[in-house]
Amino acid sequence: MTSPLEQKKIKIAGPSVVTANRTWDGIVVYRTAAKSWSADLSEAAIVRNSDEAKALLAESVADDVGAIGPYIAPVQVGADGKIEPGNLREQIRRTGVTIGSSVQV
Amino acid sequence: MYAYDEIDRTLVNERVSEFRDQVKRRLSGELTEDEFKILRLQNGVYLQLHAYMFRVAIPYGTLASNQLRALAHVARKYDRGYGHFTTRQNIQFNWIKLAELPDALADLAEVGIHAMQTSGNNMRNVTSDQWAGVAPGEIEDPRIWSELIRQHTTLHPEFSFLPRKFKIAITASDHDRAAIKIHDIGLRLIKNEKGETGFEVLVGGGLGRTPFIGKTIKHFVHGRDILSYIEAILRVYNQYGRRDNIYKARIKILVHELGIEKFSREVEEEWQHIRNSSLQIDDEVIEDIRSRFTYPSYEKLPHNPDELRQAAADPDFEAWRKNSVAPHKVQGYSIVTISLKPIGAPPGDATAEQMDALADLADRYSFGEIRVGHEQNLALPHVAKRDLPALWKALDKLGLATPNVNLITDIIACPGLDYCSLANARSIPIAQELTRRFANHELANLIGRLHINISGCINACGHHHVGHIGILGVEKNGEEVYQITIGGRADEGAALGNLIGPGVKFDEVADVVEDVVEAYLALRERPEELFIDTVKRLGVEPFKERVYATR
Repeated sequence: MTSPLEQKKIKIAGPSVVTANRTWDGIVVYRTAAKSWSADLSEAAIVRNSDEAKALLAESVADDVGAIGPYIAPVQVGADGKIEPGNLREQIRRTGVTIGSSVQV
Repeated sequence: MYAYDEIDRTLVNERVSEFRDQVKRRLSGELTEDEFKILRLQNGVYLQLHAYMFRVAIPYGTLASNQLRALAHVARKYDRGYGHFTTRQNIQFNWIKLAELPDALADLAEVGIHAMQTSGNNMRNVTSDQWAGVAPGEIEDPRIWSELIRQHTTLHPEFSFLPRKFKIAITASDHDRAAIKIHDIGLRLIKNEKGETGFEVLVGGGLGRTPFIGKTIKHFVHGRDILSYIEAILRVYNQYGRRDNIYKARIKILVHELGIEKFSREVEEEWQHIRNSSLQIDDEVIEDIRSRFTYPSYEKLPHNPDELRQAAADPDFEAWRKNSVAPHKVQGYSIVTISLKPIGAPPGDATAEQMDALADLADRYSFGEIRVGHEQNLALPHVAKRDLPALWKALDKLGLATPNVNLITDIIACPGLDYCSLANARSIPIAQELTRRFANHELANLIGRLHINISGCINACGHHHVGHIGILGVEKNGEEVYQITIGGRADEGAALGNLIGPGVKFDEVADVVEDVVEAYLALRERPEELFIDTVKRLGVEPFKERVYATR
């Protein structure tokens, strides 16, 4: 799970989204087709080639007040159109830590 | 405890106002993220996987009860009800909102806590022995010198834009609990033949992707010269340290590439220019700092009080006492380590409720003082032995009396891929599984002292290189793979562990550790031979054979 923050070249192997963290509170968000941000992955704009990815990322980077640290992340799109994270890191960002309750008393 | 003066209070309060304005300008769009990033980092604010992470300094690991309550308040009001104690005497909050950070900082400033020097390429929070001031046989309280360096380096312009972060640790005991040999500068307080206080100075230690054990650069630097000597080291680093490659920017790389002799000569030359300057410390300065540390008014108490003798009949109490209670320099008192490693839980986490309750216990049993150690545990430094049974019962009710200090389930682990944006693999679930595997206290006791350290990436925040058993999570073909090392240690005999073989998958890590431990139990010469000593005696091969024979 190489940190996407270290991505140098934009090269995508399948359907992808742009994700970032919302500026004022830091929560995980996804760039939508309506040029906005959503906390719901199902509302994310899907890109399928490098040119589309570059364009979506450039638009996301420009919205610096809305969200920070945007990058391209892989997703899987089911036959029913359902979007799922494409790797463990993104799964954790979407659904939270994998460690159960934070502290056991 | 150290009592802040007016300068300290003004500095901390001004910092809050400054950051409040910076956040306001960021949220309005007046500052871009590129412009803001260095400012937030200088106030301990990172961006992690799920949210901003806020790292708060606990200088030299000393906390007053009201400060611990303030940390509990931040956890409760601004975060999700818990905090994570790190390997460098900081606490991290994982879910904090940028818009609320100035308020959180303001609340902390009321009790003299801040987040300066917890991130960025500057001089970081100076760390020390969590038993400072109470450990028997200590040269003197190393926090006095830690505080001197803190005052000198805080917001010092020459140390605020270094090639990379810079960490100093100080110990004053023979047994090094501050891991000074894996710091950029390690200081060991000693006396010379005239009985004068000074330091053995080590330089160039560090872990990460290129680990090195620190080397002694000078066997004795007089206390009055320590600031000028540190400054000379930093000037040489500032001049020659690489700024073109983040992976080669730490001082350990410079020391390695120049060689300790040449590096030492450069420092010596620089030092001669500045040692007789205003950096030379008057005794009055040290005495002023010393006078601002307050120490408890200890009572004259018996070495072995009735309460302790009676409680010894309870095997659960005894199990806890043997692992958690250490001798104190004052008769009738003990140092109590509080394990933040309950079975099945993330290492180093504490809830707001636990922090509040512990603050109350500190008031009742430890003169209102709490310590934080780099092993991600806490300590109460001044507990009367007669109070140990009552304290144990209270801690047990809070889930803070797990009798595993220094045993195999007392695991150091970084936040890993569950929280950290740099991580490649998870750390905490590995630690949780290992604590379940070795939950049986009799088994853990049979194994004896054994430190497991886990990092979720090569940056090594879990100090895996110096774990008796070190576990490093990496990524291979999109999967989490873990490399296992054995033989590392972080104390006065610091050493880097050696790899036992190819990496193993997430689900196999606990099995491999069990195999390593079984091999140790079969190979040790006698029950008293610690794991680390068996590895030193036999090397890696017998363990490797055991682990990989059937894999």
